[in-house]
Amino acid sequence: MNIIQKTGLGLFLIGFLVWIATLTMGKFTLTDQVLKDNLKPNHYEQLRPSLAPMLNKTYATPFGFNDDLANTIDQVNRGYKIQNQMDKAINDSYAFALTKAASHGIIREANVPLFWASIGLAIVGALINILAGLRKLPGIKNDHIYHNSTTSRGWLGIIIGTFLIVFYVIIYFFPQYIANWTFLVDPLSRALSGTPASQWFLYGTLYTLAILVMGIRMLIKYRHNRYQQVRTVSVMFFQLSFAFIIAEILIALSLPYYDFKNMWPLDYDFFFEWHLDSLTSSGRLGMFMLVWGIALFTIGVPLFTYLYGKRWYCSWVCGCGGLAETLGDPYRQLSDKSLKAWQVERYMVHGVLVFVVVMTALVLYTYFTGQSNIGPISSYSVRSIYGFWIGALFSGVVGVGFYPLMGNRVWCRYGCPLAAYIGIVQRFKSRFRITTNGGQCISCGNCSTYCEMGIDVRWYAQRGQDVVRASCVGCGICSAVCPRGVLNLENAAPGSRVLIAPEVLTGNDMLRENHKARMTDTQN
Amino acid sequence: MKHIVIVGNGISGITAARHIRKHSDHRITVISGETDYFFSRTALMYIYMGHMKYEHTKPYEDYFWEKNRIELKKAWVNHIDFEQKRLLLDGDASLTYDVLILAVGSEPNRFGWPGQDLEGVQGLYSYQDLEKLEVYTKGIRRGVIVGGGLIGVEMAEMLLSRGIEVTLLVREQSYWNHVLPAEESALVSRHIQAHHVDLRPGTELAEIRPDSSGKRVGSIVTNKGESIECQFVCLAVGVHPRVEWMAETPLETDRGILVNEYFETNLPDVYAIGDCAQHRQPPAGRKAIEQIWYTGRIMGETLARTICGTRTPYTPGIFFNSAKFFDIEYQTYGEVAVPLPADTETFFWEHSNGRTALRINHKSDAGAVVGFNAMGLRLRHEVCERWIKEERSIRYAMEHLRDIHFDPEFFRRHEEEIVQTYNSTHPEHVVVPRKKNSFLSRLFS
Repeated sequence: MNIIQKTGLGLFLIGFLVWIATLTMGKFTLTDQVLKDNLKPNHYEQLRPSLAPMLNKTYATPFGFNDDLANTIDQVNRGYKIQNQMDKAINDSYAFALTKAASHGIIREANVPLFWASIGLAIVGALINILAGLRKLPGIKNDHIYHNSTTSRGWLGIIIGTFLIVFYVIIYFFPQYIANWTFLVDPLSRALSGTPASQWFLYGTLYTLAILVMGIRMLIKYRHNRYQQVRTVSVMFFQLSFAFIIAEILIALSLPYYDFKNMWPLDYDFFFEWHLDSLTSSGRLGMFMLVWGIALFTIGVPLFTYLYGKRWYCSWVCGCGGLAETLGDPYRQLSDKSLKAWQVERYMVHGVLVFVVVMTALVLYTYFTGQSNIGPISSYSVRSIYGFWIGALFSGVVGVGFYPLMGNRVWCRYGCPLAAYIGIVQRFKSRFRITTNGGQCISCGNCSTYCEMGIDVRWYAQRGQDVVRASCVGCGICSAVCPRGVLNLENAAPGSRVLIAPEVLTGNDMLRENHKARMTDTQN
Repeated sequence: MKHIVIVGNGISGITAARHIRKHSDHRITVISGETDYFFSRTALMYIYMGHMKYEHTKPYEDYFWEKNRIELKKAWVNHIDFEQKRLLLDGDASLTYDVLILAVGSEPNRFGWPGQDLEGVQGLYSYQDLEKLEVYTKGIRRGVIVGGGLIGVEMAEMLLSRGIEVTLLVREQSYWNHVLPAEESALVSRHIQAHHVDLRPGTELAEIRPDSSGKRVGSIVTNKGESIECQFVCLAVGVHPRVEWMAETPLETDRGILVNEYFETNLPDVYAIGDCAQHRQPPAGRKAIEQIWYTGRIMGETLARTICGTRTPYTPGIFFNSAKFFDIEYQTYGEVAVPLPADTETFFWEHSNGRTALRINHKSDAGAVVGFNAMGLRLRHEVCERWIKEERSIRYAMEHLRDIHFDPEFFRRHEEEIVQTYNSTHPEHVVVPRKKNSFLSRLFS
């Protein structure tokens, strides 16, 4: 690392530490006004007496504050249980809203300077570090990836993974402890949607910033490769506009939150009653959203996947893919390439697809009949199981938290039901394939090593067979890192895909014994 | 069922083993002292630079060999008793064979320079060389590389990745100019210098001198009398077949193990393939010893067929090869001879960026294309091969340039500029390049 890179990294780390420190900067005082503003009126009446001892008491950390708050609500609920008045029990989660409303002090007053001193400084530092890459001549620069503990599952990688896992657990399950962070992005949230920032707005902001900053890193790292540049600009654009700005503006216009590029079954609650109700009650735009959402996966997926392969979505449009291809790029080499991993992957990812289809069928059954149960199975418990295990744990905690441990596509490879669906189309009916260039492969292994989906690309390349795999997201990195120009992502008539290796590789003129050797998929 | 013993687990030996297994039930044993498993020798540089670890360079998972009943034995072969059909291995073990395939590879050349046996002087060929390199280059300031070939430039890239300054001594007046025509040679030389390599054309090694310890390299002296302080010397002046250890046996050798077109040596049931084989009568246009990955693979494929019962001569097709000079990929197809033969003309185009170029050599009479050189461009192997075999004319090639293009999508296309360059030098017959088919016609093709 040169001095500029070190400076950038240093600034990034200072910004990061300030950001962590902001968690300790607030004080928390519950007042009557806070309760009135944040509780439903009946809950206010129910909780006010029991919360009296907490009122106007100042807590130094969100932990003490939330302990007392949770204990009080528990106590009230237990009382109802004893009196057999469970209908009065309070199940709403007020922890985040009350913590944020009760917070005061420097974090609330100086949130803008603190934003710049933390997140702002980290961005500047990261960009300085990244821009220093321009000093190198353009070309593949993977030096020292396996010498660096960050990118080779060493102690730094484990620390980063642990941080990401903890971050996701907190965002999903304990947002009250990071209420302070939402103050930092309050001004942005108010500017876009007119509402204060929730933990999800904070998450969306960080997610978008990660894609943009690390997207710039990709643009510089691959400035000799226009496929990578165009693809990276595409994921940056879709994240910033569709997933972030447009979605927030819809909220400002009192319209349903909608990410026009997300679709069922990745967007697994698309057919939940609350969502269908919110769309059907939002006039023409709501109806358009409903039709658009259904058309995307019924018409869009087969059509575009036939024409261009899975990549049109997974490495050009998708938000999960966008994060994987930018923030996750330094970890792509950590995916497992073994045959065993491929076997596990096929069971898991198609298993999740079956799960989401069954769940959605149950949800629609409930929607149309009003019955919550089919036999002993309740559609509500099925959807909450899916939401917890797949929606939160798998796609979030494991999907991103395991970047530095299992590579950047853990979710896409083992868990994403949409990837499974698109993959089936790609495998059986698509013009897409990765062509291998005659006999030029030297079996070096760069392609397999840098395949984020764990495809053993070399296995195909060295036998002259096209790579036609359900999981391939078409990121194009195998082609980029190939030192001999062997691999190329191409679209052509589906029948021209070479699915069976030629008997003799190009360059050897000995007679072919088996003339059917170059069979293709139209002949199968 | 015969016992086929293959000495050497490089690309030639392993290709032979895999293809023999595909088509027969023979017992197969592969012996190597170098590594337990087959790995890609061409990837050694990437291990050193940290792009990959050794395990990533193994083209097959470890279970593959047992599953395919290919027995692997890690041992050096010390002697072969061809009479008894017996190999003597390390530690007095021995092994008998019915059929023996020698795929023992090469070793780096050393031309008897004073000081060539000092610590810190080595070549780069084997896994053991890589291990030595790690030790010798730890914490050093400057390395001198002797030899302007493919290994020399790879070694330069490797050392630079560790922050080691590099001096590259090239005997010729320009990098690799006995293989690359002048323009390509100049292009690569410029690129090497852009990476801050101290490139010294027309310079040879005269002597390697020790440092104060007397054991380790401390400097070198060139044939021009210059002294260059360095802590490491890489001898990258080619390789030669590893045959000296068999000198006292009835096996007939010259520079390599002499074979006929069926890879048969002078001894019954003994074959030789890959780097170590020397053809008594090489196929037209090919060298007697060709130390190329692809050549080794083709030999392995071909010999396997003979072993499995169909006696098949060595018929390599149109020549091809590839390399990468730092960031510039190089592919070649057919014959691009230096100097240009009298009956051949050449067309050369170079982009103004100075890193991208295409050469097409063709016959003077009917214009049949005979060879391609591509720098910073990827060409489609099958199409280049077909055009050469079908003796397509240079005009045809210009009209159909789109078909040899193999660069990734969205890359800048150069066909128009290339054809313009061609037309400007051949104004008598202006070529109109064939247009890309429309999206719809491609869709329904």
